[in-house]
Amino acid sequence: MRVETWRSWLDERLGTAAVREFLRAKEVPIHRHTIWYYFGGMTLFLFVVQVVTGALLLLYYRPSAENAFESVQFIMTEVEFGWLIRSIHSWSANLMIATLFVHMFSAYFMKAYRPPRELTWVSGTVLLFLVLAFGFSGYLLPWNKLAFFATKVGTDIAGDVPLIGPFLLRFLRGGDEVTGATLTRFFGFHVAILPGITTIVLTVHLVLVQKHGMSVPPSLEGKNLRTMKFFPNFLLRDLVGWVLAVGALAALAALFPWGLGEKADPFAPAPAGIKPEWYFLFMFQTLRLLPARVGIIEGEVFGVTLFLLGGIFWMLVPFLDTPTSSGWRSRFFTGLGVGLVFYIVAMTVWGYLT
Amino acid sequence: MERMLSAKRWGRGRSKGRRGRALLLLALSGFGMNAAPAQQKKDSCVECHAALEGPLAEPVAVMKEDIHRQRGFSCAECHGGDPSSDDLLAAKDPKTGFIGRPSPRAIPAFCGRCHSDAEFMKRYNPALRVDQEREYFTSIHGKRLRAGDTRVATCTSCHGAHGIRSAHHPLSPVYPLNVAETCARCHADATYMKGYRLPHDQYDRYKRSAHARALYERQDLSAPTCNDCHGNHGAVPPGATSVARVCGQCHVRQSELFHTSPHKAAFDALQLAECVYCHGNHDVLSPTDEMIGTGERSVCISCHTPGDAGYQAAERMRALLDELSHELERARAILDRAERAGMEVSRAKFELSQAHDALTHARVLVHAFSVKELESAIRPGLDVARRGYQAGEKALAELTYRRKGLAVSLLFILVLAALLYLKIRELEGRS
Repeated sequence: MRVETWRSWLDERLGTAAVREFLRAKEVPIHRHTIWYYFGGMTLFLFVVQVVTGALLLLYYRPSAENAFESVQFIMTEVEFGWLIRSIHSWSANLMIATLFVHMFSAYFMKAYRPPRELTWVSGTVLLFLVLAFGFSGYLLPWNKLAFFATKVGTDIAGDVPLIGPFLLRFLRGGDEVTGATLTRFFGFHVAILPGITTIVLTVHLVLVQKHGMSVPPSLEGKNLRTMKFFPNFLLRDLVGWVLAVGALAALAALFPWGLGEKADPFAPAPAGIKPEWYFLFMFQTLRLLPARVGIIEGEVFGVTLFLLGGIFWMLVPFLDTPTSSGWRSRFFTGLGVGLVFYIVAMTVWGYLT
Repeated sequence: MERMLSAKRWGRGRSKGRRGRALLLLALSGFGMNAAPAQQKKDSCVECHAALEGPLAEPVAVMKEDIHRQRGFSCAECHGGDPSSDDLLAAKDPKTGFIGRPSPRAIPAFCGRCHSDAEFMKRYNPALRVDQEREYFTSIHGKRLRAGDTRVATCTSCHGAHGIRSAHHPLSPVYPLNVAETCARCHADATYMKGYRLPHDQYDRYKRSAHARALYERQDLSAPTCNDCHGNHGAVPPGATSVARVCGQCHVRQSELFHTSPHKAAFDALQLAECVYCHGNHDVLSPTDEMIGTGERSVCISCHTPGDAGYQAAERMRALLDELSHELERARAILDRAERAGMEVSRAKFELSQAHDALTHARVLVHAFSVKELESAIRPGLDVARRGYQAGEKALAELTYRRKGLAVSLLFILVLAALLYLKIRELEGRS
């Protein structure tokens, strides 16, 4: 009786009955590709883990060249369970990027970007770029040797963006070189600007997913598919995945704590064989393979331009893949996706081996 | 006029030569003619020798690299003669001060004519010393040359005759990386050294030394080569009582400690060659702790016998060094193990460097040969090393705690997942 009273009190003020009704009516199609639906929820869960652990790290982290490394060292050695929070934050970031890639490619191969879900895809690709920016900015924050030089190389590459490169380089670094000013700036991006933008884009993405429901692959469209209730059936299954993800994160943090390395020294020589994080490696390896000049353009500028155009192309796929939009099979775009997956995997492996 | 001045300069004695040089410089600078344009003037020496073959063409072939040539000096500045004449006899007329090839005995004075003249040298290189000639005659080489031995090294033996490069030029035979090879040209030649009753294996022994490793492998130009211990122009072997001071140029602290130690008087009394007696000379190897104590490789037991105070002190000093080395190694090993397991121990490792510093300090303090002083350096190091070991133990204990915690957490997580799975089954079974 008391629960009912509270429910009607809330309903009167927030309109929760409509939400309950929406959840009751929401259904998830069951077919042989249903498993891929869980990766969106998993990415979202890992993002929440990032927000929570990130907020906890903020209690002790000090964003300056003088204190950043020492504060992370303090978190790892002195703060009760600080090692766990920091390791989970780092592992979860990597797992989130991995699940995001799986989610994105599953949506791509299931042609989930078909009308009317074009904007869901566009907002998803924007989220991908935002998450990569989170990874790039967060990597510098411990202010260790590897992070310092990786940022130097990464911002150098950003300096090769046509037209705005030099401005972008100075904007990212807060000067001509990677210094304490860069660290403060990256900290600002990582904990304020990127989360702000991500919250908006993520909300749009989730609202669009709810509005249009789950997409089914074109081959199954129009067929009489079985469904399951989103609430509680699908959500409970999601929950099993999330609980197991917590277990995996705890195991990774305890068995393979995220290292801290040596404090950054701007006057020290760059460590040999420096490489970026795995999710940037395919681009880095491509740039390494390019000749000094491609025609009249500098090799690196050519590569960066190519990746920029590639990113824009990827974002506009729903508008370019007209056969799929018209209900036809699009072998070109399917082949392109397969080629891209092979390219990313091959370049990443190559990058690690060389 | 310049030619005449040059001829006068070489035709007369040394004091007149100085006046001549001063006039030459006056002529070069006062009339707006620096040394460089003089190179473009007619120079029959270069013209003729360039057309010759073999050794007679060599001076011209290498003169481009020559520091004197680069400063604007021509052949005639050293050899005299009249370079404006195409006539061989006129150009080499003794009246023009032509010297040709100076005899070995004349070479120090030949070079010293300019290099011993401070007034002259400061116009070209004010930082360069002008006492090389004087110093040379204090060397064994100089003394023997004066005594009539013309096989000894003179200026040209080391610096070359033509194509002389600055001592700072990496290709100069007297550049630090080339000095040992330059000395070895004579001193490693058994046949050449036969008459001098000198060993000829110094070069081979030096190449095995810690000094040579620093110089050639690490390219540390401050590492000693022949001339750093023997001197260069005044080259002599350091005496038994002064060798510690020679080593002490670099090993300052060790030398100070030795001179205030009881060993100084004892070594003097026995006429032992201080540092060299224990460490050797050309083949100085990196010292090890085994050199001290009473073990097989100990140098102490060559004088001290079981039961005497020095023997006991050596034993104790070795024990102290071994104790700190052992503790340090133990702490390093456990911290490395913890680090490999992913634990954050960088601070403990950094602090452990103090123990390493203490060990280094103690190894230097050995030269005071005082157990008390050594103990005062070892004790703080031992404390640091033991703290490092404890930090390693704590890190490994923490690791075990984490793993146990993980096992318990995973159990709860799996139970929760199983319960959720059962709930799903129940829901789906109902529907």
